[in-house]
Amino acid sequence: MAKDYLRQSALAHLHLAALGVDDPDGAGVVLCERPFRGQLSLRGNSADHEFVEGVQGVLGVGAPLDPNTVNVAGNITVLWLGPNEWLIVTPDGQETELVERISDALAGQHFAVSDVSDSRAIIGLTGIHARDVLMKGCSLDLHPRAFNAGSCAQSSLARCHVLLHQINEIPTYDIYVHRSFSDYAWRWLEDAAREYGFAIINQSAIDVVTQRSTRKESPVSA
Amino acid sequence: MSQQTYRLAVGGHIDRTRPLSFDFNGKRYGGYVGDTLASALLANGVHLVGRSYKYHRPRGVLSAGSEEPNALVQHGTGGATDPNFRATQVELYDELVAASQNCWPSVSFDLGAVNSLFSRVLPAGFYYKTFMWPKAFWKYYEYVIRRAAGLGRAPDAPDPAYYDNMHVHCEVLVVGGGVTGLAAALSAARADARVILADEQCEFGGGLLGAGEQIDGMSTDEWVAQAVAELASMKQVTLLPRSTVIGYFDHNFLTIAERIQDHLGPMGTPDKARQRLWKVRAKQVVLATGAHERPMVFKNNDRPGIMLASAAQTYVNRFAVKPGNNVVFFTNNDSAYGAALTLAEAGIKVAAVLDVRAQPTGRLATKVRDRGIEILGRHAIAAAMGKKRVSAVEVMMLNESADRLIGTARKIACDLVCMSAGWSPAVHLFSQSRGKLKYDANRSCFVPGDSVQAERSAGAANGTFSLAACIVEGHEAGLAAATDAGYNKNASVPKAPVRQEIEEAPVDPLWLVPAKAGEHTNKHFVDFQNDVTAADVVLAAREGYRSVEHLKRYTTMGMGTDQGKTSNVNALAIFGQVLGSDIPDVGTTTFRPPYTPVTFGVLVGRDVGELADPVRRTPMHQWHESKGAKFEDVGQWRRPWYYPLPGESMQDAVNRECLATRKAIGILDASTLGKIDIRGPHAAEFLDRIYTNGWKKLAIGRCRYGVMCGEDGMVFDDGVTARLGENHYWMTTTTGNAARVLAWLEEWLQTEWPELKVYCNSMTEHWATASVAGPLARKLVAKLTSDIDFDPDNFPFMSCREGAVAGIPARVFRISFTGELSFEINVRSSCGRALWNTLMTVGEQYGITPFGTEAMHVLRAEKGFIIAGQETDGTVTPIDLGLEPMVSKRKDFIGKRSLSRPDTQREDRKQLVGLLPVDAREVLPEGSQIVEKVDDKPPVPMIGHVTSSYYSAYLERSIALALIKRGRSRHGETVQVPLEDKVVPAKISAPQFYDPEGVRING
Repeated sequence: MAKDYLRQSALAHLHLAALGVDDPDGAGVVLCERPFRGQLSLRGNSADHEFVEGVQGVLGVGAPLDPNTVNVAGNITVLWLGPNEWLIVTPDGQETELVERISDALAGQHFAVSDVSDSRAIIGLTGIHARDVLMKGCSLDLHPRAFNAGSCAQSSLARCHVLLHQINEIPTYDIYVHRSFSDYAWRWLEDAAREYGFAIINQSAIDVVTQRSTRKESPVSA
Repeated sequence: MSQQTYRLAVGGHIDRTRPLSFDFNGKRYGGYVGDTLASALLANGVHLVGRSYKYHRPRGVLSAGSEEPNALVQHGTGGATDPNFRATQVELYDELVAASQNCWPSVSFDLGAVNSLFSRVLPAGFYYKTFMWPKAFWKYYEYVIRRAAGLGRAPDAPDPAYYDNMHVHCEVLVVGGGVTGLAAALSAARADARVILADEQCEFGGGLLGAGEQIDGMSTDEWVAQAVAELASMKQVTLLPRSTVIGYFDHNFLTIAERIQDHLGPMGTPDKARQRLWKVRAKQVVLATGAHERPMVFKNNDRPGIMLASAAQTYVNRFAVKPGNNVVFFTNNDSAYGAALTLAEAGIKVAAVLDVRAQPTGRLATKVRDRGIEILGRHAIAAAMGKKRVSAVEVMMLNESADRLIGTARKIACDLVCMSAGWSPAVHLFSQSRGKLKYDANRSCFVPGDSVQAERSAGAANGTFSLAACIVEGHEAGLAAATDAGYNKNASVPKAPVRQEIEEAPVDPLWLVPAKAGEHTNKHFVDFQNDVTAADVVLAAREGYRSVEHLKRYTTMGMGTDQGKTSNVNALAIFGQVLGSDIPDVGTTTFRPPYTPVTFGVLVGRDVGELADPVRRTPMHQWHESKGAKFEDVGQWRRPWYYPLPGESMQDAVNRECLATRKAIGILDASTLGKIDIRGPHAAEFLDRIYTNGWKKLAIGRCRYGVMCGEDGMVFDDGVTARLGENHYWMTTTTGNAARVLAWLEEWLQTEWPELKVYCNSMTEHWATASVAGPLARKLVAKLTSDIDFDPDNFPFMSCREGAVAGIPARVFRISFTGELSFEINVRSSCGRALWNTLMTVGEQYGITPFGTEAMHVLRAEKGFIIAGQETDGTVTPIDLGLEPMVSKRKDFIGKRSLSRPDTQREDRKQLVGLLPVDAREVLPEGSQIVEKVDDKPPVPMIGHVTSSYYSAYLERSIALALIKRGRSRHGETVQVPLEDKVVPAKISAPQFYDPEGVRING
């Protein structure tokens, strides 16, 4: 593991820390980068009990088998990406050890687990207009009747590929975007959020911010 | 400022407490909030608003809605100007500026009107007939014709506004917010379906806004307000006023252009889009788009002051404007009688109502007669008089079969003519959805037939014109749509509204008022916007056109910005009459999106400026920027091209970068190369099938170069693949092909070889790659590493090791694209910048020099390494490239069979060679054609082309790679490269100019 001072997040060049606030105070849209999480790509046969149980044994939670769902246990999140593909998200620094533990547990089986922690940048998006911002660039049905806390999906956001994970009902999303596209994605999000009033929040504050406003449950909230 | 002398004292949906002023053709006028530009102009007595397209005839306001063909204006100024805005849809705002189009020097005195004098010699197809000959002259004709053609002006400055898009899903999209649409939306929403209700006007109510009727004991205004309030209170409903559904595409995908801020003018908020394109995926659609009233086709029916009867009624009821003081009605159906009553009640003198039908007996007609208004049965307007405003009409009787005017003409003075030739349902979106229309002879209109997509039409759009029936049909359609979308919680349709039914007599179609004896119908306008007359339609039929689509293209009928909303049915009925065909046999032309014109801006949305296309950045991007690198786009990646020092030209910089790499050490950001992790017990077998060469014997820790072909045997991509473990490989691809190669691998695994146990994962973005190359490269990496043995015997060319470089876990590949001793160091992307910084700092003592893609190209060309996509173009086999030793004879691979086709075995195929211009200073342009010798005249057979060409600073001469027929057997021969101003002789050589023995690469 490289020393922390040697590392740079995908959006480091935007100096978001200097722009961030702790209290977004009335902003309709709140953005932040969520840098440095462990991310593993897991491939395997979900119809194979040995594989499913082996993964569950290591993670303490099963890989979700329903399309576009997310299983969470403690600080481990497992997102469904495909019938034989998952993304495991862990706290920073645990990825190398987890790759080894999964590899040991599944030894002899046909599977693939790879550390892809730096493949995707993660952008946190919340606020009462967070969904509207995504609707400007994503053709999925993100209405609560179709997409909820615990839902995930891979799609396009404007002109880049993203993995969306809805965290709560505010709504709050984690947007996983390939690292090289993250600068574009961030600029696009800022632009789309402009009309709702947006703030950049300190990464440490996003999890404690709760928006009390309730949304209209209409297809849009203009 | 002109007074609003035609404004009624009371009534209307205007706000008299909020007066506005505006500028039309340089003159100031007044109006109110709630006005359209058209209603405000009429309130000021202005009827002449534009000139027609071809004959420049004076034109006025025909309609009160989006079907308007005449009142087209240039709206706004500077970069914010828009042509062809319909004055009937432009909401008035303070300080609005608009001007007439297609006239010079002014709308009142227009020189182009001279065309009108020649209308007899400017018939349909005039351009086609006249400018066909001589053929070579078209380019001169075109110049003049293009200048004369077109309406309005394009802005000459950037648009200051911005536009965006929004995706939305719903169960039921209701198009049209009139009574039918409101009822449909209510029923669907009450069943808990997510509903979007879109209407093109600023307020809901549709045709009711202009009608003075009663529903359930309420005024129509109250009924609408109540419905809108209920919808607004439901969280599952989205109301979109000022929103035109412009397109109906496959899979119930529809687009809506919302005019968010147009009505605020330039005073809108800068943080909001001016317009928004909604991209709607609806489970069900209810089309409640209403109907368009048809004009009567008589002589001079295009004069200002002649308008649709329903429009006149709307101007009175909704805008409190008198469109005239003295009106003559001309109709073939009962709806105009309602308008006549409205106008009469507003104090407008109704001089007469002419009815095509012999004895109008409907209830409304009786009411009109009871008011003492003269009704003339079986009468028609033979001609309108007046030029810039109608002043009188000439009235004559129709014979029994309505194909001749008879009796003596009577002149009736008037300043307004209201006409109604019946109603055409607005079937445009239904037709776009691929539904087939059917003709309803009783109602003389096309109505929707069988649906193709999940939609239903209701109300006037369905040919149902009575108010009560529209409400019932709307409710039924809304509920049925919700039910079909899976939402029906015991909802039911409310009972039919209580309303006194008006008995209507059937419409009696009169498609064309016959010309008077001895006259033609060349002033009987059918298509106002494109100046198509009844005579033009007749001419087309006489000249042999039989298809309505040909009629359209020959006469340009329906090809204006209004797409013939008011003219199509009249035109094809007249066409049918001439051909002796029934209307259903003639059919209609195709309706295409958009329903009404839209700005380019709203279609483009935010894909402009820096958001037009993503720029992919490597982890080291900022370093390159800070060093003043010039960048090159490679796919969406932005890669450093070269790093000029102050005062250096591009060639200077590239020369310096190349020499530094050859003599000391160069460093390249290679993070963009595609990297694919391949695992599984069948990984080697899989690679064997993908690549032309064999992989099973590759030892762990070793690398091999591979070429992959398509099924056609042509080179598709190349790169180095390493074996990291027993069942674990690491494939690299070219930068531009990374995603395509992964998709290619997945396609074969998923569709052809599901039995292979292999997983492929893209690792491109996880790893940052710094490639250090040059004779001193080993010294540098060894200095930064303690756990890798860099001894050449222990870490030979084409092998890989893992260890820590500069304190960062790394995968180091000893591979080379430059021909030098070279190491590609891969670290996780977050550490890419730190690795780069350290290499640069520590490398300073060795003279480390960053080089860009241009120097990389030169270095690899000196060595004769190909670039897929540069030396290959989809027609080049590995054998053409001289890679025959890499094409396995022992195993099968994708493309192998194609390599034994006669064509791929031809002896005269183009083969990769080196090319050395005889003049060593001459750098050939890439793509240059190569010939044996230059003949005096064509054809000169081409024997090949230059694929890569550079100046090599190391070799102190120009070099090139080329594909030349039989090239491999022609080393040493001279060929000719003809350029624009000279012919360059060049000598064919082997495609390796530098270190062909590989001493340096293996060193």
